Amino acid sequence: MTGSTVTRLQLGEAVYQEVGLSRNESAELLEAVLNRISDALANGETVKISSFGSFSIRQKGQRIGRNPKTGEEVPIHPRKVLVFRPSQVLKSRINENSRLETG
Amino acid sequence: MTKSELIARLAEANPHLYHRDVERIVTTVFEEITNALAIGNRVELRGFGAFSVKNRGPRIGRNPRTGEAVDVSAKYIPYFKTGKKLRERLNAGS
Repeated sequence: MTGSTVTRLQLGEAVYQEVGLSRNESAELLEAVLNRISDALANGETVKISSFGSFSIRQKGQRIGRNPKTGEEVPIHPRKVLVFRPSQVLKSRINENSRLETG
Repeated sequence: MTKSELIARLAEANPHLYHRDVERIVTTVFEEITNALAIGNRVELRGFGAFSVKNRGPRIGRNPRTGEAVDVSAKYIPYFKTGKKLRERLNAGS
């Protein structure tokens, strides 16, 4: 396990290596992918990416929370949360090597 | 929206690109995220969210039909935490 962080930079570079576009345009296309997904989710759509997973919106009802420091009761308003469900393919890719023995 | 609809929407917005290239771009993005997670890396996309891998320890499960105890071995699970900007967008106007 290497435990480092991958960002837009590396994903943009991968797109650049894969398709004959400039680095700039590759970065823009990566951003466009993320924006399209965000737009769909903001519209309440479920986004299903085969062999990766699905993103869906779940509505949470109002409940009473508590400030853990003061013990004071505060209402938590109804809100929407995003839920990611990994596909079976992604789950098995993550478990296919033997990192478990060292972890 | 499915992956092919995502590709179609992107292709429509980028008429100067080959449909095949848009397909490769989308596939590459998700493959890279998968590859990073498979070697234990975290993928952080500010404003969108972060993908990481969490460790689930071994546990004793139960066959819900028979009630029989079964060993469930330790495993890793992919996890996604929604980014601040996206979370705010989901709740905008409510």
